[in-house]
Amino acid sequence: MSDTSINKPETGDAQFSDFFALLKPRVMSLVIFTALVGLLVAPGSIHPFVAFCGILFVAIGAGASGALNMWWDADIDRIMRRTQKRPIPAGKVTPNDALAVGVALSGFSVVLLWLATNALAAGLLAFTIFFYAVVYSMWLKRSTPQNIVIGGAAGAFPPMIGWAIVTGGISLESVLMFAIIFMWTPPHFWALALFMKSDYDDAGVPMLTVTHGRRTTRNHLLAYTLLLAPVAVGLGFSAIAGPIYLAIAVALNAWFIKGAIEIWRRDEMQAEADNYKVEKAFFKFSLLYLFLHFGALLVKPALSPFGLGGW
Amino acid sequence: MAFSKDHELHTRRFGRNVSLAVVLVGLIGIVFGLTVVKVTSGQPMEAFDHAPRLHMVPSEEGN
Repeated sequence: MSDTSINKPETGDAQFSDFFALLKPRVMSLVIFTALVGLLVAPGSIHPFVAFCGILFVAIGAGASGALNMWWDADIDRIMRRTQKRPIPAGKVTPNDALAVGVALSGFSVVLLWLATNALAAGLLAFTIFFYAVVYSMWLKRSTPQNIVIGGAAGAFPPMIGWAIVTGGISLESVLMFAIIFMWTPPHFWALALFMKSDYDDAGVPMLTVTHGRRTTRNHLLAYTLLLAPVAVGLGFSAIAGPIYLAIAVALNAWFIKGAIEIWRRDEMQAEADNYKVEKAFFKFSLLYLFLHFGALLVKPALSPFGLGGW
Repeated sequence: MAFSKDHELHTRRFGRNVSLAVVLVGLIGIVFGLTVVKVTSGQPMEAFDHAPRLHMVPSEEGN
């Protein structure tokens, strides 16, 4: 390398924080939390250090899939206001570096999770990365308005992986935890799509708001919220929950349905008039909704040493 | 003999290199910790190696 070439400031001369941003830390925090809950509510025991490593590798795997998503979606991230400051469109990380980070961390996280825990947990993590990077990002996202409905599965796997880390298996309870996140994703993202108005339109991403209009999106948002409620409440009758979870789930779902009905009853003129106040409030509450559901699942393991919390 | 002044490239990448070093040291710690946990809390590590050892011979009590 000549001296002149190293004097030249390069595009992609990224700092460590830029590489960390590639891993989508906010999404990662949700993955860590739900995987940890899956691990803590699972029957059986595991060495605390192995549990820590298991969650760490799941988080790294989720981050790797985020980096692959940013590499693939760099062209549309440049167009959408919400994503313009991501490391690749901002010119901080080169697409090739993002791809290298994504591939390397994917392999690293899956192999180490296998060595630390078991093949099923590692296999589920590998499938999650594949599903998010290939099935959702490369295929569904730009080809069907059902993109986030099916793609939501990628975000729903972490509690199943946490459960598999301890038990080495899959059960009704872990499938129900998966189902809650799977069913929650469409109303969560459609609320966002409603008030992010032209972003997806400009980028040519066929969100339901773009392909079928806002009225249809409001209808679908309500339908999925109604379908979500029995899944979330139904988990309350399983072996990992108890009356406290059930009470919290009933209250949260009643509030969530109320919000969805309000969105359903509005039209664009009303929404424009108050700058999508109801849609924004619903979106914010949806984050709390998921956090409180999984938080409520921790009540039973916390109280069980005192003989309380369960059925 | 005095060391030459750091090139601007080195100062620019110093933070990134230090962070990477911390991550790599953390990885060593994790692999070491996992090894310790697996070795000390796992199943008996001793297996058959073609040399009979009395404590590994199955008990014949009750035959």
